[in-house]
Amino acid sequence: MSIPVEYYLIVSTLLFFIGVYGFVVRKNLISILMSIELMLNAVSINFVAFNRFVYPEHLEGYMYSLFVIVVAAAETAVAISIIINVYRKMKNIDTKSINELKN
Amino acid sequence: MDYSNFIIMNHELSLVVVLVALLLADLFGKNKRIFQFFAMGLFLVHTVLGFTHWNIGEASAFSGMYVTSEIHVLVKNILNIGTLIVFIFAFYWNENKNKNQVGEFYFLTLSTLLGMYFMVSAEHFLLFYIGLETASIPMATLVAFNKNKKESAEAAAKYILTAAFSSAVMLFGISLMYGACGSLYYGDILIKFQSTPLHIMALIFMFAGIGFKISLVPFHLWTADTYEGAPTSVTAYLSVISKGAAAFALLCIMIKAFANYPGTWQTFLWWIIVITITIGNLFALRQKNMKRFLAFSSISQAGYIMLGVIAGTPQGMAAMVYYVFIYLFTNLAAFGVISAIENKSDKLTMDDYNGLYSTNPKLSFVMMLAMFSLGGIPPFAGFFSKFFIFAAAAEQGQYLLVFIALLNTIISLCYYLWVVKAMFINKSENPIPTFNSDNMTKIGLIICTVAMIILGFISPIYDKIIAISFGM
Repeated sequence: MSIPVEYYLIVSTLLFFIGVYGFVVRKNLISILMSIELMLNAVSINFVAFNRFVYPEHLEGYMYSLFVIVVAAAETAVAISIIINVYRKMKNIDTKSINELKN
Repeated sequence: MDYSNFIIMNHELSLVVVLVALLLADLFGKNKRIFQFFAMGLFLVHTVLGFTHWNIGEASAFSGMYVTSEIHVLVKNILNIGTLIVFIFAFYWNENKNKNQVGEFYFLTLSTLLGMYFMVSAEHFLLFYIGLETASIPMATLVAFNKNKKESAEAAAKYILTAAFSSAVMLFGISLMYGACGSLYYGDILIKFQSTPLHIMALIFMFAGIGFKISLVPFHLWTADTYEGAPTSVTAYLSVISKGAAAFALLCIMIKAFANYPGTWQTFLWWIIVITITIGNLFALRQKNMKRFLAFSSISQAGYIMLGVIAGTPQGMAAMVYYVFIYLFTNLAAFGVISAIENKSDKLTMDDYNGLYSTNPKLSFVMMLAMFSLGGIPPFAGFFSKFFIFAAAAEQGQYLLVFIALLNTIISLCYYLWVVKAMFINKSENPIPTFNSDNMTKIGLIICTVAMIILGFISPIYDKIIAISFGM
């Protein structure tokens, strides 16, 4: 007897909205990046669960989750290099102190 | 594997050739000026070759993931022309202020262009997602290009984090769509899409990711800061090319995947258009920095572009492509003037433009034309593009929406004319001194000016576009 698909969806939805919450309330750029990773992982769980339980005849969901992981890695690399650049310029990666661009 | 699939990807293949050649030239070439001419010449060849790809007709490759047709070829050509003009305006900046990263500038810009090609030609959400990310990740590095400026780093951080967030939201929508429909081909979704809560939630999540690229209003918060902090050439690229490609991709998705239930998405698109145009205009009224001002103006222009999407007919698509085509020359002319002034005097606020006419009459003339065209004052091209897009929306019975958009055109005239007033009427003790732009900027401004004045009168362009458009 296997776990039904609904339970996977509950986990992934929770994970996704924990990520959204973290993106909104966290003040540290690295924490924000981690929250985004949580959201992307929730997406991967969704794809894999749907593929395994609802449409087992194709591999589309598995393939999509692979691409999501690869693109997320690229995105994180660029984001971290930009955050390092921000740190070099401002000696800080707190969102409150990054407000040069306001009139 | 059947390699003949690659043959129909003319645009992508020739752009990849350009990219590889530029990488090698950057590696072995020492003289940056020659490198720039080489890069631009190569891209010019690519652009011209692009016009010979009409004869492919409708074709698809990779089991239907990639499609091309005449309208796709046309949109890619429009993107090419825009990128070429951006390169022309960036020449002086590259040569003087960006000496050490010239090769990277061309390479990264063209990589985002490649991503946009895939986004435009996608017929499957996987290719669409890859195209979107290929377009937005190098864009973040381009925004961060002024390495010794705080603003640039901050703008890039805001851009990449918002981009990653919105693409995660979009992916969540796509995963729900996969669960609901069992396939991610636009054609399969068209058949299986229903009006159940799961489908509609998937659609709304997915819309958020694309709305970010076009900077529609609930997702526009990054726009002003990123536009202000990025180098001016990159801002011009972001505001025209990236926006046009994403808008066309959105229209394709809506027509190909969700045409059976237009009521579901037209309702929320209606509200998004109204708030996009209105908020973009109201915030533009109080901006003093020219780049921020054009950022909000481009948000409200994105709302006008969306009028073509909500129509969803062949007229809507033709009007939208035509609008992007005209908007490209108009907005790039404005950015060309701004970057010419910024390069020579580092002045960017609207007060600095006071009395510009007395010192630099030609530049203020071009700026005036651009402002008139953006505002939609009759003899210029911007009027015709606005007219067609309003007509397309009105044809579908969106009278109230068109009325609100017209009211907003009047508001927008107010701030566009403020710039003209600052240049021609306001007096200033120390106006920007007279200077001579470099030749490349002159060429770019002449192209844009001629296009703004005569493009509206060349009716075969619109006839051609409408002959190859498709719709619901």
